[in-house]
Amino acid sequence: MFKGILKEQTIQVGIGFVFIVVLLGTFILPEWMSNNFMYGLSRGLAVLGLMILWRTNLVSFGHALYYGFGAYAVAMAQKYLGVTDVFLRVIIAIAAAGLLGFVLGFILRRYREIFFAMLSLAFSMVLYGLLAKAEFLGSTDGMSISPSTMFGFELGRFGLFYFIGFVVILSLIFAHAYLRSSLGHLTTAIMDNEIRVEYLGYSVEKAIHIKYVISACLAGGAGGLMAAALGQVDPDSMVLWSVSGELVFVTIMAGLGNILAPFVGAIFFEFIRTYAYEFAPQAWQMIIGGTLLAIIFFLPGGLWSLFQKINPFKKEKK
Amino acid sequence: MQFLITVLLDGLIYASYLFIVSLGLTITFGVMKILNVAHGGFFAWGAYLASISIIYLGDNEYNSFLYYFAIFLSAIIVGLFFGYIIERFILRKMYNEDIHLIVLATFGLFWILEDLILHVFGVDPLMPYYPAMELGGIEVGGIFQGVYSLTLAGLAIIVAFICWYFLKKTKYGKVLQSVIFDREVSVSMGINVTKVYLITFIIGGMLGALGGAYIAPTISVSPGFAIDVVVMSFAVVVIGGMGSVPGALIGSLIVGLVRAFAVHQAPILELFIIYAIMAIVLIIKPEGLFAPPKPRKI
Repeated sequence: MFKGILKEQTIQVGIGFVFIVVLLGTFILPEWMSNNFMYGLSRGLAVLGLMILWRTNLVSFGHALYYGFGAYAVAMAQKYLGVTDVFLRVIIAIAAAGLLGFVLGFILRRYREIFFAMLSLAFSMVLYGLLAKAEFLGSTDGMSISPSTMFGFELGRFGLFYFIGFVVILSLIFAHAYLRSSLGHLTTAIMDNEIRVEYLGYSVEKAIHIKYVISACLAGGAGGLMAAALGQVDPDSMVLWSVSGELVFVTIMAGLGNILAPFVGAIFFEFIRTYAYEFAPQAWQMIIGGTLLAIIFFLPGGLWSLFQKINPFKKEKK
Repeated sequence: MQFLITVLLDGLIYASYLFIVSLGLTITFGVMKILNVAHGGFFAWGAYLASISIIYLGDNEYNSFLYYFAIFLSAIIVGLFFGYIIERFILRKMYNEDIHLIVLATFGLFWILEDLILHVFGVDPLMPYYPAMELGGIEVGGIFQGVYSLTLAGLAIIVAFICWYFLKKTKYGKVLQSVIFDREVSVSMGINVTKVYLITFIIGGMLGALGGAYIAPTISVSPGFAIDVVVMSFAVVVIGGMGSVPGALIGSLIVGLVRAFAVHQAPILELFIIYAIMAIVLIIKPEGLFAPPKPRKI
């Protein structure tokens, strides 16, 4: 599955990109700017998960479920088990979200289009309803996360940034390996015609289920990293339906063309938000909404289609 | 007994208000197949416009009938203005697009409408309590209840009746039903579907704005208060069946009563239980409890 993957151009460009972002963020840029890079890289994982789903034309309007679940798993692990190790944190976040995705996947894999979107929304709001009202989970104030450690030493902001870069690279490799495998290629086929895929001898529901779990794991990992980066988890900024909407928005803004696009899009989104909030605190939602409409109308391929036009590594047609 | 009456009253009032808002949403979905997130924007705009008019009227001690006039006028203005702009210049260009893109576009519009409010009405909460204060309260079975809130139930019944009459008894209602049934066949029969869509969207927006405008005197109208209403009316519409008018009625009754019960009995479950019902309905009967039977097409 992973054979020769490091020789693939997408992965090479991706690793280069992550390196540049991490170096820029840790050595050159001021802190507020590098924060945007860090949050962008983390949230990009969740967007990557959505993008993988979207390739089968399944759009989850409740992906904040896994994002928030991963984040809260980190918070819970710290509260009850005292886990602060960054490796364990990410693994716990991914495993928790993956498990939840696996269970809910049995139901969701039968749904398509607007029903899929609505059921995901309902599930995410169920979690939101619990988190926002439960005192022992911090209700709307959420819970704070202590600084991450690695092998017993405090990691610091730079260390965390490197670690996020590392997780992103691993996810890029994994996502690429998945998408180029025959299971991954099924996704587009399913979008075109499910019945034909069934006749070819593949189980559509199984393929969607696997895809859904992968997507949930990625979103959970994003939530875990964000929890560590922000030092805080709360339902309104992690589980509410508008967070899911934001993630879907970033997906469409980034474009579905390449696994690197979600990260570019997520970083871009963080910058729009920071700048809009800085210069027009009462109009930042309007700016984001306007950007969204502009992208839908004028740039249907997303930001990635801009890169493709000026791509210096353009692939030669075989 | 006391407890039961409280829950029933609270539930019915909340259900009436939810019904008015989600009726707009379900009509838009039924006819245009658009899940309109911007509905929350209509709701908020209706509430704000009604609030400032009521506060103006109340401060200058005008006749109290004008309050109700202001409420309905705000709903109509908001529906016409934003409904026309949004349908004519944005949604109309998107009908052939992927359904998810349309939802996203309305989500962007929701953001824009929310921020426009900050610019037009400012960030301070408004409290247009005059109409509610003027009507006072009465005792129902030993429980003190504001009369204004009770009129909400009356309004919901009137709206439901008008809607039923319009859909079942008038020519326009039949035209609407044929468009719901099959858009292309309707076009070929000489129905101006573009116009039907525009009018439907405007009416849906008006209903959303009416819900906001009528509830405004009983709450404090502040920025961002529409965000819960959007997803709550989504739950209502999904539970009842997307596009079904009786579904919206039953859905809002279920949500209203269950929520009232949870608020009084187990506040921790207030939100959880509503969305759990939504999820269960989707799992058991994805089309919703009262979805109209799907026409068989060849």
